[in-house]
Amino acid sequence: MAILGDYARLIRSKNAGPFMLTFDVMFADDETYQKILKSKCLTKKIFSEIYNVSENTVTFFEHDAAKAIKISIPRPYVQCHEDDGDVYGGQQHALLVEIEVPE
Amino acid sequence: MSEVRILAATGMLGSGFLEKSFYKGVSLNPHVIACDSGSTDAGPAHLGGEIPYFSREAIKRDFRLMLLGRDTSKAKLIIGSCGMGGGDWAVDWMKEIAFEIAKEENLKFKLALIKSEQDKGYLKSCLNNGKITSLYPHFEINEEDIEASSHIVGVMGCEPIMDALENNADVILTGRATDTSIYASVPIMLGCGLGASWHAAKILECGTASTVNRKRPDSIFGWVRDDHFDIEPLDLEARCTAQSVASHTLYENADPFLIIEPDGVLNTLNSKYTEINDRKVRVYGSIYEKSEIYTIKLEGAKFGGYQTVIIAGVREPFIIRQLDDWLEKMQIKFIDRVIEMSNNTLDKNDYSIKIRVYGRDGVMGKLEPKKDFINHELCLLITITANTEDNSKKIAKSFAHFALHFPIPEWQGLISGLAFPFSPSELYKGPVYNFNINHIVKPNSPLEMFRTKYLEVN
Repeated sequence: MAILGDYARLIRSKNAGPFMLTFDVMFADDETYQKILKSKCLTKKIFSEIYNVSENTVTFFEHDAAKAIKISIPRPYVQCHEDDGDVYGGQQHALLVEIEVPE
Repeated sequence: MSEVRILAATGMLGSGFLEKSFYKGVSLNPHVIACDSGSTDAGPAHLGGEIPYFSREAIKRDFRLMLLGRDTSKAKLIIGSCGMGGGDWAVDWMKEIAFEIAKEENLKFKLALIKSEQDKGYLKSCLNNGKITSLYPHFEINEEDIEASSHIVGVMGCEPIMDALENNADVILTGRATDTSIYASVPIMLGCGLGASWHAAKILECGTASTVNRKRPDSIFGWVRDDHFDIEPLDLEARCTAQSVASHTLYENADPFLIIEPDGVLNTLNSKYTEINDRKVRVYGSIYEKSEIYTIKLEGAKFGGYQTVIIAGVREPFIIRQLDDWLEKMQIKFIDRVIEMSNNTLDKNDYSIKIRVYGRDGVMGKLEPKKDFINHELCLLITITANTEDNSKKIAKSFAHFALHFPIPEWQGLISGLAFPFSPSELYKGPVYNFNINHIVKPNSPLEMFRTKYLEVN
């Protein structure tokens, strides 16, 4: 089965200030963007299950002009807290890359 | 109709730009040349520990070209968030570099320094008067938290910068400022639309980050008018598309449509992005909604001890299969060793040891769903944090040796269970800091929290 990483032009995560973490799933064209939205392979609920975080802490955006899905959560650890291993939050998107996309 | 032209030298002062791109921007007769020099992105060490992000050489290279470009164009030059954290020391550090360049290049200008560090007594009185509230994700602070911070800055908006412009400053160096305010101040003062000014500022502040497949940090140019702005990279090989510009409001913002400033909120929900040519994009429809209450965001960093780091590999399958147990037992046994080694002057309350396991959950921690997957090789990143530099170093030295030979039940005889890549195996890292404030202040006036000083450079 194809994975989200095969469809996106860029999947990334990043700190949004020291206390928030944000994920961008960006597509090259409208067709792919709409296909992924319709497939419901990445929703607020699915994100909260994959990352094992409470659904009510997840904010989920569809940004049509950017052809992108955006998701934000409070950082699991405050930036540079002793348990934080990712200052820029740049490697937290890994789980999104392998989401299976139904044909 | 007002048109204000803005030259963004690069996304961050010291990250570099092509001279050719920058001078092309200068030739377009900008009203303002600006560059952001900081953020919280790189962590609390820059604010707390007074550490610039880039070297003095890298900063001076970019700053020199910008001062020369300002001298040619007579544009205003604004550099925000000096030294990464925006501390008062960093504004002075940049001032010294400005004087040095002015002397070397025989430049004359009126310099404004706007400092943003906050007086702890002022903040405590704000706290007690209910003028400080928390931001999401919420946590409370008290007077002790304010007192415990090594540095607290207020993140300024346009007003202190506009005040300096009204006082005819040519070059403005600020402490912590919103990335956007350094770009939005001039177009707003000269009568451009608020929505267009703030949205243009947001796109410009990261330099060429809004181009397609950004090739390198470089200069970018904006034309701000009443109800729209245009944006175009200055390197002919770089280009903006409607999508690349629209996408930029996603970058490192929790909300892609709303950007909060001290006096209002930029709303890009209904912004329209159109391609004027294959490199230039026009943006219409952005709205700036004024807030009823003026707020200044605080950023604070608290000292968290002195840290020494040990890096060690593990390949032995018997150790890997009982790794957590092995690591826990060695830390418990080590408590007595610290007491013994220090002749009873140190105990377990004087230090902490954290062990991060790469190859398992070192990157994602509690978000990692595959932490039970056993890898054949792991890397341990061991941090020893203590109240003094000396304690951190000596405890780390003893721990490296103690851990190296800590036994497992399967083997009889002395083992060496860690593969150290370095000699000595410990690396002193220095003081560490923690962000400890996520709050806003409601000041009595937009200028109340910031202090401006003017200097004639000649």
